[in-house]
This record gives sequence, structure tokens and C-alpha cells, in this order.
Amino acid sequence: MKNLEELRKIRDEARKTMDLRSGNQRARVVVCMGTCGIAAGARDTMQAFMESLEEAGATDVAVTAAGCAGFCDQEPLVEVEIKDGSTVRYGHVDAAAAQRIVKEHLMQGKVVESLVFSQGA
Amino acid sequence: MAKPRTVVMVPVDADTVAIGARDVKNRFAEEIGRRGLASEISVLEVGSFGPVDAGVIAAVQPDGVVYGGLTPDRVDRIVEEHFVKGRACREWLLSGEHPLPDPRATDSRHTQYAGRIVLDNCGRINPENIDEYIANDGYFALGKALSDMTPAAVVEDVKKSGLRGRGGAGFPTGLKWGFCASETGPEKYVVCNADEGEPGTFKDRLIMEGDPHKVLEGMALCGYAIGASKGYIYIRGEYKLSIERLRQAIAAARAYGLLGNNILDSGFTFDIDIKIGAGAYVCGEETALIESMEGKRGLPRLKPPFPAQQGFRNKPTNVNNVETLANIPAIVQRGADWFRGVGAANMPGTKVYTILGHVRRPGLIEVPGGVTLRDIIDDYAGGMKHGNFKMAQLGGTAGDLLGEEMLDVPLNYDALEKVGHVLGSGAILIMNETIGVCDFLHACMRFFAHESCGNCNPCRNGLRWLSAITARLKAGTGYPGDIEIMEEIATVLKTAAFCPLGQSPAGPITSALRYFKPEIEKGIDHSSARPKPDHTARALATFAG
Repeated sequence: MKNLEELRKIRDEARKTMDLRSGNQRARVVVCMGTCGIAAGARDTMQAFMESLEEAGATDVAVTAAGCAGFCDQEPLVEVEIKDGSTVRYGHVDAAAAQRIVKEHLMQGKVVESLVFSQGA
Repeated sequence: MAKPRTVVMVPVDADTVAIGARDVKNRFAEEIGRRGLASEISVLEVGSFGPVDAGVIAAVQPDGVVYGGLTPDRVDRIVEEHFVKGRACREWLLSGEHPLPDPRATDSRHTQYAGRIVLDNCGRINPENIDEYIANDGYFALGKALSDMTPAAVVEDVKKSGLRGRGGAGFPTGLKWGFCASETGPEKYVVCNADEGEPGTFKDRLIMEGDPHKVLEGMALCGYAIGASKGYIYIRGEYKLSIERLRQAIAAARAYGLLGNNILDSGFTFDIDIKIGAGAYVCGEETALIESMEGKRGLPRLKPPFPAQQGFRNKPTNVNNVETLANIPAIVQRGADWFRGVGAANMPGTKVYTILGHVRRPGLIEVPGGVTLRDIIDDYAGGMKHGNFKMAQLGGTAGDLLGEEMLDVPLNYDALEKVGHVLGSGAILIMNETIGVCDFLHACMRFFAHESCGNCNPCRNGLRWLSAITARLKAGTGYPGDIEIMEEIATVLKTAAFCPLGQSPAGPITSALRYFKPEIEKGIDHSSARPKPDHTARALATFAG
């Protein structure tokens, strides 16, 4: 390494992979992964969320799994929690729907009304 | 491939390795791979973030969940329940007792990262990956010093910061650097004292295991400030994992050109090697340490000349403790004024302690300078575990015993000195009423009698006598006059022992007599029919214990 500029580059690159650890995410995407969810394709949904978030460069959104929420007919069911407290549940979320939720809800702050199953905590 | 959504961080340090942390970590990786989750969940080895009695730990982020007491079998369940089904396994949760190092998830100051200077990376970065150290602004202090500061300005900053040596003696670090910097001559040395031999103290080990690059950067900054191009870490041989990680860190820093010739194109050259000690207590004393580095028996030297004038190979040498050096990057990067703003006016910055004994959360903590012992017990260690507070030993086995009346004295060098105590190396041992003072003193004195290097008479013989006397007091067979003899030996040690390691055992004796004399007096048998005590050298020679 020759100079500070190169050190900065290494720093910025390494930071990208470490933001998970602080636990300071602005939003959380919870993919319900009970037996019902997985059978309905929740794995693909989860994968789609991870890829779309990566593409969008959103480093402050956590993606986690949860068990069955009790609405098996809505699976794959996905909950989006924004840190200020608002929670939206989306039903029948396939990969395409996941992409839309990332783009519109998580990046632009607009709830995707046509996919909403229920709102509020 | 998308980047992982979850990270499992397993603190791997020498304690947890011994109980299977690597097996647990490997099992996590295997199970996660077997279930096809390897691209979603990454498994990471980190350093300790504090708790020491919780078995093998794993922190899951960003979920804010910490598991404790893990075994490979339990890992299988956790992978299935938590990662596949998405619900945390409640039975192994640690979160209540040991809050996650995360400001959001914690209700106590025990493991809060806010305000940490030395331990800010421990438990959060992979110590074997230099990039992760750099990601948290690592090596930028060195970059700043090399590009914007003169060596004298670095020394000045450290002076102004008010940092004092964290190894035990509390000598002002900037002043020490100044002595060495003012020596002329091209050959000088930086030595990092990692011979942490004080029983109960293991903060330096956890710093080196959790964030080795911070120590290296501190040494390089010291080298730049005092004009040295070579540094040595003198480390005890038992610290195998520290040695492994330091070696690895040195190699990585060399590969990046952050150690070696012409660092960051500044013309500054600095390299670091490791010297492994053989585990003699006396080698923590800086001149004995230097003797040992030179390949000789570790006997303390007569001072002056001080190491700053004639140290390693009789060249000017600056010896600092691991924790002291780990403070340096933050001081250089954020400035002396910032550092002075943390902690108390007479003890800027923080202090790392290992708190042990009868407390609910023993472990590694970093506390702003000047916090009281009561606060440390209640806020950082979760309060007393069984019974009531009886006494604390501050600073390892050579430290003073403090009674209840000292709970509200701020733990800083000056306030403690005013009440006749010293801060010591950073171990705090908390004891409840089940511990007898004489039992405890005997355990301490036995250790010192064994570790005396034999160089001077007060230490060699005095400590053996103290061991013998405390043994009979403990058994309730002490002689009238024993307490006076103990006081006399303590005075002799303090005034006539050759090095600090012979002087400091006086501390536990005099402080115990100060707070617990009535209890110690109970160890004396006043019946007159007993034979007189045998105080001949022969009696001492046959005393075993």
C-alpha cells in the first residue's frame, strides 16, 4: 500500500460487509418461514429480498426469518417493519412482489397497497 | 450472490477455545452449509466482548440474540429453530444476564460499546482479518501522524491527553515517551509489555486476542514519536492464541505495507517482532523483562539508568503495557482534548478491568476513569451474586484489599492515593463474607513466595515468612506478636525490596490489617502452654506451604 487513498478504499470496501453487526438497521423484513411458508415458496422470496436489497444498495435493512404467523393461506407472508413503528404485512409475496416491495416501500417509503394483507402492529 | 442477511459471531479466545468454541463455530458453519443457508448466514470468529462465565457464546446479528453455554449438539437445534424456522431457542438465550453488545438491546452498561476506546472492536471484528480493523478506521491514526504530524507533535498529544500507564504503576505515558524521544542516537526500541502475570488479570490477553492490530498501530505510533524503527512484543508463552493472532496480524500488516520499510510512502520504517517469555512473574517488571529479552535470567536491573536511557541492548527503550498502547490510536486520531473529555479530570480516558468473584456478571469491562467500585459492581457486573460485599482486591494479587468503606471512592490514581491505595493492573476481585481474610492472605503470600526471583533478601525471605505466618493464622494457631511481625516485614518489603514486585506484596498485608485486624487477631492462639515459635532459618526452610 502506498498511500492513505488506498487505505480509504480498503476501509470503504470492508465496511460494506460489516454493517449487519451493529444491529442498527432502519428497517426489518421478516419472512415467515414456517412449514407452510416454505411450502409456498418463502425460500425464493427470502432470496429475492436479499438480492434486491443488495442491488438497491440498502445496507441498513435487516432480513430475518420467522415462524408461521397463523395466516397460512396468505403465505409467503412478509412483514416489513420500519423503525418508527409502522408495520405492514404483505401476503402472497413471490419474487416479483419482493422486488416491488424493496423498490417502493423500503427505498421510496410508499406502501405497496395492492399487496397489503394487514397494517399496524 | 447476495450478501448474507445474518451473521453468527462466536467469541474465540483462550478461555472459550478450551471449552470448545472452535468446535461450536465449525458446527455452525457445517450445519448452515448442510441446510443450504451458507449464502444467507455467515459465521465469524471474533474476540471476547465481555462475559467470562457463560460458556461458549454466539451472538446473532442483526437479530440481537446471544446464546450461551453452547455445545456442538445445541448448535444443531439452533440452526434448525432459529435459522430455518425463524424463532430463537429460548433455553440458551443469554440476553437477560448478558445483554448483547449493542446499544439498542442493552439495559445495563455492562457490555455497551458506546464509550469504549480500547475494546471498541473486541467482539465485533474478526481479529484475523486486517480489513475489518481498517473498516473501523484502523491504521488511520498512523496515516494521520505520518502525513500531518511531527514526532514531537505526537509526543505532545499523548502528554496532553493525560494518559497514564495502564500496567499498574500509572506513570504518565507522554512523559515516558518524552524521555526516550529526547535521547539521541539512531537505535531505539519500542517494547510492548504483554507479560501479564498478575493473577486475576487477563485484560491484555483479551485485547490482543480481540483486536491485535490496535496494539500494533499503537506501537508504530510510539516508534514514530520516539524515533524507533524496531518494536518487540514481550509476551508470556502461555498466551498461545494471542501469539498466534499477533503473528498473523504482523504478517498482514507487513503485506499491506503498514509495517516495514517506508510506511505509506512517508519514509518511516518500523517493524515488530515477538519475544516469548517463559512465564516468570518478575519479567513483568520492565527491566527484568529487558534482561529476559536479551536472553538472560529475568532479574530486575538497578535504576537509574532507566530504560529510556539504557534499555534493550543498552539502547534507549520505551516499555509500555498492552492497554496503554491500545489507547494511542484513538488519542492520535481524535485528539488529546477528546480523550480528556472521557472519564474524570484526574483520570482521562477509560480503564479496562477484569472483574471476578462473587458478582453476577464476571468478565471484561471498560469503564470511564474515576467510576466508583460500587458503580462497577452494580452497573457493570450486575451486583453481588451471593451474600453481601465483604472486601475487594484491587489490581491483582499484589493489590490492596478494600473494605466496605472504600466502595464510594472513585477508582482513579489520585483519589486512591489520597486514601492510601493504588489502582494496580486492572483486576478486581469481589468477595463476600464467606471468604476469610487469613485464608485469602495466605493464598496471596504463597504465590509471591513462589514467584520471588531470589535476588534480594527482603523479598526472598520476607515473603516466605509471610506465607508461614498467614498459614498459622489461618489455622488458628498464630502466636501473639505475629501481627507485629507481619507489619514489620511489610515495612521492610516496601522500603528495601529491590524491585516493585518485592515491594507490592506489602499492599495486601497492610491493607488487610487496616480493615480486618479484628478478624486476623482471631487467628492467634493465646494459650500460654504452647512452645515458643521457631523463628530460625531452619524452621523456614522446612516450611512447606
